Amino acid sequence: MEVPILKQGHYLIASIQSALTDADLSQLREALIERVGKFRARGVIVDVTALDVMDSFAVRTLRDIAHMARLRGAETVIVGIQPEVAFAMVQLGLTLKGVSTALDLEEGLLFLDQQAKLRIERGTGRIDRG
Amino acid sequence: MAAKGKDPQAPLPDSVAQPESTAALLRELVALLRQNRTQLREEWARRITRAQLLTAMTEEEIFAEATSVYDNYVEALETGTFEALQAYARNLSERIIPRGVETHEVVGIVLLLRDVLARSLFGKYHEDFDKLYRILDAYEPAANRIANTVAVGFVQERERIIRQQQEAIRELSTPVLQVRERLLILPIIGVIDPQRARQLTEQLLRAIRTNRAKVVVIDITGVAAMDSNVANHLVQTVEASRLLGATVIVTGLSPEIAQTLVTIGVDLSEMATVGDLQGGIEEAERLLGYKVLPLEEVAPKA
Amino acid sequence: MADELRIAVTADVDVVTARQRGREVAAQAGFSSGDQTVIAAAISEVARNILNYAKRGEVQLSVVTNGDRQGVIIVARDQGPGIPDVQRALEDGYSTSGGLGLGLPGARRLMDDFDVTSAVGKGTTVTMKKWRRMNA
Repeated sequence: MEVPILKQGHYLIASIQSALTDADLSQLREALIERVGKFRARGVIVDVTALDVMDSFAVRTLRDIAHMARLRGAETVIVGIQPEVAFAMVQLGLTLKGVSTALDLEEGLLFLDQQAKLRIERGTGRIDRG
Repeated sequence: MAAKGKDPQAPLPDSVAQPESTAALLRELVALLRQNRTQLREEWARRITRAQLLTAMTEEEIFAEATSVYDNYVEALETGTFEALQAYARNLSERIIPRGVETHEVVGIVLLLRDVLARSLFGKYHEDFDKLYRILDAYEPAANRIANTVAVGFVQERERIIRQQQEAIRELSTPVLQVRERLLILPIIGVIDPQRARQLTEQLLRAIRTNRAKVVVIDITGVAAMDSNVANHLVQTVEASRLLGATVIVTGLSPEIAQTLVTIGVDLSEMATVGDLQGGIEEAERLLGYKVLPLEEVAPKA
Repeated sequence: MADELRIAVTADVDVVTARQRGREVAAQAGFSSGDQTVIAAAISEVARNILNYAKRGEVQLSVVTNGDRQGVIIVARDQGPGIPDVQRALEDGYSTSGGLGLGLPGARRLMDDFDVTSAVGKGTTVTMKKWRRMNA
């Protein structure tokens, strides 16, 4: 099951629709990282509302996406983690340290906008030459 | 089923030789109890009052219940089946437990009835000891079983009510309050056991989602002690809340709890803590982008 | 023994199937949605372990009643290379597959009972249980 990736302004939005196999997750990671470069994206949102379980592989993949995207100049935010899923994750010891999270898509977009503003204020924003 | 006439306590060997079956004896007994219903019932009610049992109930109520218990009792003796009595005992318990009737009272009245009936048997058969023994052989096992059934029914009903109340208290004792848009407060009071800790977390996480909370203040001023399990659970709650996009501020850590947490090595690096609830709310409002101003600055300028 | 369900694990899609079946079984046994999620996550970890280390194996799910408790039992079995040091495999952060090393220790934290038997060259069996109290 391929995860659709939408481009909205400077952001990429991957919204997971159903349970994913490890291969699907790896494929999502490749596709996102490739597109961050291609579209010069500033932010990535991964919407996991549809996931009813997150195990160590899923969490590791999300963390890798966030780290790799950051290396390529985009901030990542994971949105839509369900309450039960969050509780199971922390019991497993999977806390997504160093990765930003938000309640839902709307909050995720807001978060990325704030981050962009902060970067501009600090003068660390990327200079767009395009 | 009622005893089958081979009670090991049968006192006289020659009673075995008697042709009368236990069933026949019980039939005779039941007939006797029906015949003397009014008088025996009154005697029983009198003794209940004298023993100061069922003080929460009026005399009329006692008499009404005594009548039903008496009839159910005789019926159980007659049929040898206890389902109806069991159902009645449960129903009775349901009605009298809220009135504050205690276990010893219920056991007490059933034993009193047993005594009243036994004495009436002594009165009736005192000239024929043989017969008295045989009728007691038939009566005692059934009477004991009835006493058991009623007492167990009462205790079970009581336990069920206690369980229900515990659940209700648990629900009540973890209120998640929304003080303003996107800000939740969870004041925790009392003892936290693993089950309550778990319920608390589930409730909070759901509330974060439904209220779209961005900041949560967990105030543990009212928590006296915390072991490593509960402390770790608190850390997990903070982490899980963050996964939903909410920041948690913990307030009201007592010196003892702070000491415990440090001693057992709970990782507090990810946890924002503020001294008291008020400070926690101010910090929360700052995070939400509200500005706390001194009063004179809010005064109208015009 | 109550009826049981066996799921062969030979590809990553079977990991998804195993945890979905596990959630269904837990739901039928009356577990809360929170516990269903926990059980599904634990199954996901042990099923993936089979795939990573033994390539193939199976996950067996069953429901038992024990007095006033009801439980889900999950047995993950393979005939793979086995784990030389079970104790170490249950330590946080220990991994030979480059993962987070949270698979087995994580699953253990999620469940009430957790047991691993392994023989080098013969295979590994993980048995784990989650209980819930039944209310009258």
